[in-house]
Amino acid sequence: MTFAASTLPTDEATFAQLIFGAPLLGAVLLLFFGKRLGKLSGIIGSATVGIAFVFGVLSFMDLTSIATGHGENARVLTKSWFTWIEVGDFNVHMSLVIDQLSIVMVFVITGVGFLIHVYSIGYMSSEENYGRFFAYLNLFIAAMLLLVLGDNLLVMFIGWEGVGLCSYLLIGFWFEDRANATAAKKAFVVNRIGDFSFLLGIFLLAVSAGTLTFAGINESAVSGAIGGSMATVGALLLFGGAAGKSAQIPLYVWLPDAMAGPTPVSALIHAATMVTAGVYMVARTFPLFEAASFDVLLLVAWVGGATAVITAIVAAAEYDIKKILAYSTISQLGYMFLALGVGAYSIAIFHLVTHAFFKALMFLGSGSVMHALDGETDVRRMGGLRKVMPITGWTFMMGWLAICGIVPFSGFFSKDAILAGAWADGQYVLWGLGVATAALTAFYMSRLYLRVFEGGVVMPEGTHAHDAPPTMAAALIPLGILSLAAGALNFPGGLTFEHFLEPVLGEPEVAHGLTAWLLGGAATVVAVGGIAVAWALYLRAGGLQVRDRTERMLGPAVRAARNKLYVDRTYETLILQPGRDLAVFCTEVVDRKIIDGAVNGTGKLVAGSSELLRRLQTGYVRNYAAAFLVGVVVVFSILIVRVAA
Amino acid sequence: MSDFPFLDVAIFVPLGGAVLIGLIPKDRHDVIRWASLFVTLAAFAVTLGVLVNFETSSADFQLGSQAEWIKDWGISYSTGIDGISLFMVMLTSFLMPLCVLVSWRIETRVKPYFIFLLALETGMLGVFSALDMFLFYLFWEASLVPMYFLIGMWGYQNRLYAAMKFFLFTLVGSLLMLVAILFLYFAAGDPSFGYRELLGTPLALDTQRLLFLAFFASFAVKVPLVPLHTWLPDAHTEAPTAGSVMLAAVLLKMGAYGLIRFGIPLFPDAARELVPVIMGLAIVGIIYGALVAAMQKDLKRLIAYSSVAHLGFVVLGIFVGSLQGMSGGILQMVNHGLSTGALFMLVGMLYDRRHTRQIADFGGLGKSAPIIAGLFLFVALSSIGLPGLNGFVGEFLILVGTYVRYSWWVVPATFGVVLAAIYLLWAYQRVFQGPLTSEPNRTMPDINVREVIMLAPLLALIVFIGVYPKPFLDRINPSAEKVVRQLNDSSVIPQEGLAGEVP
Repeated sequence: MTFAASTLPTDEATFAQLIFGAPLLGAVLLLFFGKRLGKLSGIIGSATVGIAFVFGVLSFMDLTSIATGHGENARVLTKSWFTWIEVGDFNVHMSLVIDQLSIVMVFVITGVGFLIHVYSIGYMSSEENYGRFFAYLNLFIAAMLLLVLGDNLLVMFIGWEGVGLCSYLLIGFWFEDRANATAAKKAFVVNRIGDFSFLLGIFLLAVSAGTLTFAGINESAVSGAIGGSMATVGALLLFGGAAGKSAQIPLYVWLPDAMAGPTPVSALIHAATMVTAGVYMVARTFPLFEAASFDVLLLVAWVGGATAVITAIVAAAEYDIKKILAYSTISQLGYMFLALGVGAYSIAIFHLVTHAFFKALMFLGSGSVMHALDGETDVRRMGGLRKVMPITGWTFMMGWLAICGIVPFSGFFSKDAILAGAWADGQYVLWGLGVATAALTAFYMSRLYLRVFEGGVVMPEGTHAHDAPPTMAAALIPLGILSLAAGALNFPGGLTFEHFLEPVLGEPEVAHGLTAWLLGGAATVVAVGGIAVAWALYLRAGGLQVRDRTERMLGPAVRAARNKLYVDRTYETLILQPGRDLAVFCTEVVDRKIIDGAVNGTGKLVAGSSELLRRLQTGYVRNYAAAFLVGVVVVFSILIVRVAA
Repeated sequence: MSDFPFLDVAIFVPLGGAVLIGLIPKDRHDVIRWASLFVTLAAFAVTLGVLVNFETSSADFQLGSQAEWIKDWGISYSTGIDGISLFMVMLTSFLMPLCVLVSWRIETRVKPYFIFLLALETGMLGVFSALDMFLFYLFWEASLVPMYFLIGMWGYQNRLYAAMKFFLFTLVGSLLMLVAILFLYFAAGDPSFGYRELLGTPLALDTQRLLFLAFFASFAVKVPLVPLHTWLPDAHTEAPTAGSVMLAAVLLKMGAYGLIRFGIPLFPDAARELVPVIMGLAIVGIIYGALVAAMQKDLKRLIAYSSVAHLGFVVLGIFVGSLQGMSGGILQMVNHGLSTGALFMLVGMLYDRRHTRQIADFGGLGKSAPIIAGLFLFVALSSIGLPGLNGFVGEFLILVGTYVRYSWWVVPATFGVVLAAIYLLWAYQRVFQGPLTSEPNRTMPDINVREVIMLAPLLALIVFIGVYPKPFLDRINPSAEKVVRQLNDSSVIPQEGLAGEVP
């Protein structure tokens, strides 16, 4: 087992470091001077992300100007700074890569990120630590960009942990409330469990591939240099990391709690960007997954499919507007893993993009509602709000129709492509899971949308709802348009998006002809069905009685869903409590009774017979000097004996 | 300039300074403080000369001197450093001025306090530079004495018990080492205490075993390895802040350093044989230290147990038998010194303000002292091993180096990384987050200028090593490689083709 030392890659991506550098500079600036800059913080914070977006555009132009062939001829732009770690033959460089995949991510991060920054100017305007908020937000953008731009696993890991840190800081932004601080810590620790797996994967790949660069790992996977079983373990370990960051079974439990953070944070980190990092990671290393001797991809698909359905069920039972969106996010991430698992990598990224638009939109919309209703999050205390706050209502409607998968909204195209991919791959059961999720999604999102925005106006007493102020509207409207129109990126027939990603992710298998039409039709039917059921239960006169009857009929199932399927409680009993017990045992018994008991016992034994300890304690200065001298004398005596002899 | 004996001058500048401070009237507290600061800064400046003149790519001892001392007994004054000791010397001289700043508010028996602190510095610098076993033992003991007094005289409520425990544990260890040194002295063909002369002394395997165990006992107590660690939490908790800082940052490293410098090269066959046992102890330390740390109610005890976990990583790296592990272990010695040193300073700052170390007495301080909170989190994250900060580089190298040789061992060791996040973030949460419930917490002042000055250099290095560890690793690698070869150079461990090994 040896490492293959590599030289610094060539340096040709002119703007890559600026994409990452602009928000980093903003973060440093705001961290140190945020208090003094006051309201300027929001403008600076937004501007640096805007600048990063512009550099992204320039890089995109750079990239399209070079010949972009397929397979081995695919061109990428790399940017190298310096050698980070070098010991013997093991080395890792600080270098970035601009290719079709990373540039798409850059656009999502800086584009959606910019809008959310602008939104935050309004949303956080009365916040005391306004500067610090934007500092963290900028730091997050910088870390997320490093994550997607890194050309090797370890640079990605810097970004990976960096976004985790920012997530921790922002979930616990209002740390005076113990619950928020606890949620932040939970997010960090659960992610660390995923990182544990990720790190092991890195060690394994560093040794079995001899390198940590994506190009090197993928190459050794394709060439068979990494054996099938090593590839299996490596892929499984990486997926463990992905499941932590992207909140998949069994590590999704942190994400619902993460809603404790300010809503723009939920939109940016816990919907549009950070939680998709796992999807990005699997897509980035897909040849490794394909080289595995055990079908890891199928496992990925099943984890995704199961997560999608199960969390959709929980979402259908939630009353907290943000929690519904959180479970919905987990469910949609499940879709993306399902897509990855059936080999439709570019489709997974496509859904990542459309989801970033419509989910960020709905989070921001829910933020607008909470802003208007003094922080109220219970959907039972809302109704008919579209009449009171039309911008929020209409844009939210775009997001709702997109996630339900109604033609021609963006979600239809990406979701339909995933289902078609599963079908084309011959995974009919997974396809079924996907369709069931689609139905559930349409139901719970309609339950949310119809309750909150349609019907008679309902508001908590004493609140004076108002529509989103200009900065907030400035984010809602573009996202609304994107939710509606982003499907055009990959319109059937053109498939621009898939083709663009092809040099990196290959060509997905898709259904053709009549099958494609039938599958699309089926998806539409269940979506409309889900909406209709929600309408019947929540908007139609007499829906309440039907609802009560259904709930009674499904009694235990509903109760289980309301209790988040008892997952948190199971972890508490099976893992956390035994862990605490072990720690207490080590502390109270092993350390105090056994080890220290032995030490003190020995001390007493010596002291009891000779009163040494007491004397040492009373005249310790003199006695220590004496002891030291005695030692020296003994040494010298022995020496003398030796030399004399 | 390279003819100037930077290293030897650096060792004795603090001692000379201590003598001069002895001449200052004892009630001139400010003069004593400023003089101590000046002396420690001067020593640091001289060690910068060491750093600048250090030849990067060499694995040999450099910049030292050799002089007959007691010729008949084969004792010489012999010093020199290589890539292993270089950064230990730098760490010591770098932290000392900061420790003087930490101790600025000491008001009782000011003069002896600073004299002990300076004497401690000479002892520690000597330990890392001595190339004569007798000289080494002298410095080793000489660093024990001032620390004993610092804990015993300027410590907190239980200081006598703690000082005595510290003293007895380490003394028992060092007496065993003394016997071994003497045995070695007699075993050498031409009786000598010279380190380089003693290297390669032919010893039967069972003799090696005994001698290694004697050295190991002394060093393992110092590191400390579980189950020899229980002196550490007491000593840390009761020591004054500067004592805790030096104890964690430098004194513990003397144990790890001893293992690298003496344990492996003098008794390679015995060391090799014991690798699985030592690695086992190291990994137990990683997990056990973290679990017990999580349960502590006293902030200083918590950090003390975190040291047990962190030093477990260091020992793992040293004995794993790969260059990545060894270099990572040596770098991690520096990293732990910086991060834990800074953590103890921060806890000291909290104690100065609130006169308590009990976690339960705090809460919500992020509101009243946001800068202290931010810095504490920052340092905690470096200790947790957040990539981009120093701790990650060391831990990562140790773990990847472990995987190269023993793939499965890396699993429990890496799990220690998860546990570190739990206990430190939980402590952070209880101290700095949540509501501000008590009046003293509400009115607690934030950081002052002196504290910024004493923390800023540490924070800068934490970032620097995290982002650009190359200047450190380049100097460590050649010497580390030499020791790795000594550890592996036999057929006891099946050779899997060591990464980075030079034929």
